[in-house]
Amino acid sequence: MSPHGGDGLAELLGQITGFIFPNEIEIHWSILIVVYPYVTGLVAGAFILASLVKVFKVKEVQPTYRLALLTALAFLLVAPLPLLLHLGKPLRFYEILLTPNPTSAMAMFGFVYAWYLMGVLLLEIWFEYRRDLITLARTARFPLNWVYRVLSLFSRDVSEAALAFDRKAIQFITIIGIPSAFLLHGYVGFIFGSVKANPWWSSVLMPIVFLMSAIVSGIALVIFLYMVLAGIRREPIDMACLDKIASYLFYAVIVDFSLEALDFIHRLYQSEESVKILGSLITHKLFMSLFVIQILLGMFIPLGILVLAKMRGFGDELRKLLYFTAAILIQLGIFATRWNVVIGGQLFSKSFRGLMTYKMEITGIEGLVAALVLLALPFAVLYVLIKLLPTRRLDERTPVTG
Amino acid sequence: MNKREFLKGAIVFFPAGGVLSALARQAAGKETPAQATPPPAANGQQAYDPAHHLYGMGVDVDKCIGCNRCAVACKAENGVPDEPFYFRTWVERYTIARDGEVVVENISLGAVRETTQDAREIVRTFFVPKLCNHCANPPCVQVCPVNATFTTQDGAVIVDAERCIGCRYCIQACPYGARYLHPKTKTADKCTFCYHRLVKGLQPACVEVCPTQARIFGDLKSRASRLVRFRRLNKLHVLKPQLNTEPKVYYANLDGEVR
Repeated sequence: MSPHGGDGLAELLGQITGFIFPNEIEIHWSILIVVYPYVTGLVAGAFILASLVKVFKVKEVQPTYRLALLTALAFLLVAPLPLLLHLGKPLRFYEILLTPNPTSAMAMFGFVYAWYLMGVLLLEIWFEYRRDLITLARTARFPLNWVYRVLSLFSRDVSEAALAFDRKAIQFITIIGIPSAFLLHGYVGFIFGSVKANPWWSSVLMPIVFLMSAIVSGIALVIFLYMVLAGIRREPIDMACLDKIASYLFYAVIVDFSLEALDFIHRLYQSEESVKILGSLITHKLFMSLFVIQILLGMFIPLGILVLAKMRGFGDELRKLLYFTAAILIQLGIFATRWNVVIGGQLFSKSFRGLMTYKMEITGIEGLVAALVLLALPFAVLYVLIKLLPTRRLDERTPVTG
Repeated sequence: MNKREFLKGAIVFFPAGGVLSALARQAAGKETPAQATPPPAANGQQAYDPAHHLYGMGVDVDKCIGCNRCAVACKAENGVPDEPFYFRTWVERYTIARDGEVVVENISLGAVRETTQDAREIVRTFFVPKLCNHCANPPCVQVCPVNATFTTQDGAVIVDAERCIGCRYCIQACPYGARYLHPKTKTADKCTFCYHRLVKGLQPACVEVCPTQARIFGDLKSRASRLVRFRRLNKLHVLKPQLNTEPKVYYANLDGEVR
């Protein structure tokens, strides 16, 4: 039998503590559903960082603008895959688009996704790259010149008026794009936050916490990619840019942490029916992933590192090292955050009397290997995108935008 | 029209036609489950009309002896997998000790074990049959992205296995643990009130086999129904009323420890 065979579940029967409803032994939303909000979070976060350049005119962040857009696109293209692979009947996925149930939060996925991909991200990238694509279509060799010609949608106009329109369009799309990015990830939070049957999920703060942690992870990812890319290309890192992004990261982590602390204190203080089982959930099942990885390694230590780096007593090289370490730790922490929400929410019985165990498969369609492949895939996509689309404007002397 | 134009047209026309006809089929198919067409009259009996019924169940906790016949009958009647973690209905045993400690066990899991608690320390003990509550305000129906799970006109919450995509959001949304993913079909599965029996005028299998009449099934729209009488004669409770799911499974003599 396939992934959730009876044998695997029978093994778990012995690992229940207390009483659970019999059907609850199976952990239905597996590691793939941990990957999904993690990946969409990176999309939203990277886009919001990119928007800083255009809407809030943060000039320092300009060097990462295109990289952030392409990162968002690469991750967005992969985002539906974990969902698709997780379906019991993946070949019926189109029903969610053809006959969506208007009261279902999940049914909105196709529309939110399509809007964000086509209405925001692809459009903004197209306008940003249009002039470069036209130049590349002229200069590149066959068959790449044709690829660029198609990508530019056969546009040829590089007059000042057309370029001015590009700038205006980008401005407009970004302004629409920020609420759209909020929608994309806030919506993922809503899928969990609206499940009233599950007290670990059911919280009005859930979409906002998802959003803030998305911004944190997206910014950290762009820092990581920017530094890696500069290393590969042997280019100097723009320290003013890096310092600026790191300070945004710092504030985002603070807000994220405050929100999560508020959620925690609120639950503890309200002390509802579920407080006991949630207490034993976090002490018995989530101690490592919540207290050690998410809070200590993923928040406190990076915060400490960023504070240290902010004091400016250090040289560029040490600051780079500190930022790089913080960015990686934060990725780890945000992945643990997703894990704690998705898996944690399924480790206690809705009878509030017992705990289950999640035994992750290694191989198989919902196993660790599949998850790692899905996490690596966006980087492969990004590699192709960066090969095709330069992360710097072709003609830096006469900037098209900004 | 030259050949080139014709081919161009065909490239657009055929896929578009396919999509449109698929859409039309989907749109037409959508309404069928909700308005289940009455089966043709057999043996001169009147055809079943769901508009004239609204089903619910009563459970008298004091009458349940924990024989587990209901869970066995349900598995046999509905082809529920044998493994001890797929149930459309099951029976829980509660033993409550003097110091307030509550031990809950699912006696449908297999060999019924004697309680390990010291008998002198037990203050009360009872059995509680569980099943889908066929909520009037069902969270599972609300969250299903493709309308695969729905409420019939006569009040049963059921799943269309032909439509379900296996996303399992309904399983997460159910506060009662009444749903599971069928290991063979990979679609959500749950109690149907034995809908295939109802439309023939029969009772659900679990009700039929209960030796003590702890389960009472009936039609809330019929004044002569046993369920209506049960509702008149007992003080009733439903499970997790705070969630506003409005269950149609009513418990008499329910203990506050039961969730």
